[in-house]
Amino acid sequence: MKDMSEGYTTADGRKIGGTMMEMKNITLRFGGVVAIKDISFDIREGEIRAIIGPNGAGKSSMLNVISGFYIPSEGEVWFHGSKRPQMKPYQVAQQGIARTFQNIALFKGMSTLDNMMTGRMTRMKSSMAQQAMWWGKAQKEESEHREAVEKIIDFLEIQAIRKTPVGRLPYGLQKRVELGRALAAEPKLLLLDEPMAGMNVEEKEDMSRFILDVNDEFGTTIALIEHDMGVVMDLSDRVVVMDYGKKIGDGTPDEVRNNQDVIDAYLGVSHD
Amino acid sequence: MPDQLLFAIEVTLNGLMAGVMYALVALGFVLIFKASGIFNYAQGVMALFAALTLVGLQNGQVPFAHLINAIFGTDVHHFGWHLPAFVAIILTIGVMILLAIIVERYVLKHLVNQEPIILFMATIGLAYFMEGFGDMMWGSEIKKLDVGLPQGISESIDATTYNWFGYGFFIDRLDIVATVIAALLVISLTLFSQYSKQGRALRAVADDHQAALSVGISLRFIWVLVWSIAGFVALVAGIMWGAKSGVQFSLSLIALKALPVLMLGGFTSIPGAIVGGLIIGVGEKLFEFAIGPMIGGATENWFAYVLALLFLVFRPQGLFGEKIIERV
Repeated sequence: MKDMSEGYTTADGRKIGGTMMEMKNITLRFGGVVAIKDISFDIREGEIRAIIGPNGAGKSSMLNVISGFYIPSEGEVWFHGSKRPQMKPYQVAQQGIARTFQNIALFKGMSTLDNMMTGRMTRMKSSMAQQAMWWGKAQKEESEHREAVEKIIDFLEIQAIRKTPVGRLPYGLQKRVELGRALAAEPKLLLLDEPMAGMNVEEKEDMSRFILDVNDEFGTTIALIEHDMGVVMDLSDRVVVMDYGKKIGDGTPDEVRNNQDVIDAYLGVSHD
Repeated sequence: MPDQLLFAIEVTLNGLMAGVMYALVALGFVLIFKASGIFNYAQGVMALFAALTLVGLQNGQVPFAHLINAIFGTDVHHFGWHLPAFVAIILTIGVMILLAIIVERYVLKHLVNQEPIILFMATIGLAYFMEGFGDMMWGSEIKKLDVGLPQGISESIDATTYNWFGYGFFIDRLDIVATVIAALLVISLTLFSQYSKQGRALRAVADDHQAALSVGISLRFIWVLVWSIAGFVALVAGIMWGAKSGVQFSLSLIALKALPVLMLGGFTSIPGAIVGGLIIGVGEKLFEFAIGPMIGGATENWFAYVLALLFLVFRPQGLFGEKIIERV
């Protein structure tokens, strides 16, 4: 494997920076079950990092560790060069890490616009008293955030469903709104848990385009989990492969594709 | 107009106003249920506790006087001051916020992700604790609550209606004040939840805990906020009911009247709580007026519950509750 510690340039000419997040020897246990076993990897500024693996490999668990929903039994999470203390998920979000969920977690009763406005929550600074009284800063702030959200709505081409309660939207659009809510936070790191699960080819193409554009236009670092191998290989700069809670491969798509352990995990191997 | 009809109109108006009082209590339930899925059995006791605290602070009562006197052999009862009503109200709001923080810190925090029935049991415990605590703190005798709200028959309405119809309407001025205050309360709560950042966070938490966490909302803060607002609503209900019938233990039982209101209005709808309260208020007064004499009267005691039962059979989600759709 190439040494990439000082950043690198991708095949399509994008500059990838230094380490943003580093997972060091993460182990996660639930009672007697070991979901993640001693895994280390890093995510670099500006890259698209994929985590792949068969069902039950522990990919979502890993994403949950990054976003603070799970607390690792062992190991350390380093973010921007310092060790992250134990944090609640909302504190992780306040640090600039936004995420989407495998099974869409939107506020179903609220409109697309309101859903995305909640994404701005970590960026709103006015106090509760100001909010309650609708004083100076609160009012100005609201319109600024509204503007930022409208830009993302344009970007994701969902102007038409601005006021629709998201519970009524078709699956593919809900996924898009969820991405929008995460983007509204203007995150440093965006975590996507199977952003294309359950989509048809056309929807997958749209979503891939949005992911690439987010990375390209906003410079957002992205870590994603995906099942569709074709999509992963097209999108990502580097790939971590997990199987039964262990890391069995790490590298560029080409390196991973030719890794014998990875091929065995995906195609199966005879144990004789 | 015939007197019978005029009387019916008067009964309806009185029923509407009684309904507002029910709605005030139901509102507290809805707020907490929406945000956390907890049916807060202690809501009625919170109203009692708020009213007791208000009266105690206003009259300069020494809290825990009995306990202090029993332990130290002293004989203290009053600080000897009398606070203006608005100061006492603001202090009581502070006490209710403190209560919300304590409830979150020592009860809810430890029961995160538990079954709703366990949280419900916890609020029953909380209700009995607060009942005893309120007694110990402020004494158990019936107290008069006077924050300067107008009371008694509204002479101007009586006179005006007498001039128009030759029949004077009896409307309690306290009921009018209660209606105005309840309307203001509902409007401000609605505006707060629709247009403020915290209100949006509140709705978000009510909708999906996990998603709320992922956008950086602290559940603990929201719970303290919700319980504070519910405490404030309890205070308003406590003031109104206390001014009407004195501050006494039975105040906590008005919570029971809120139950049929919630069955009608749905547990998750603020407008539902209001409309439900109004329907129950008008329904029970009109029923007593029209059918009561035929079946021996005293229908007000059970009418609301029978109506709620009918709703449970034919429209279990209430008038405004979210529709129950079973997906197979």
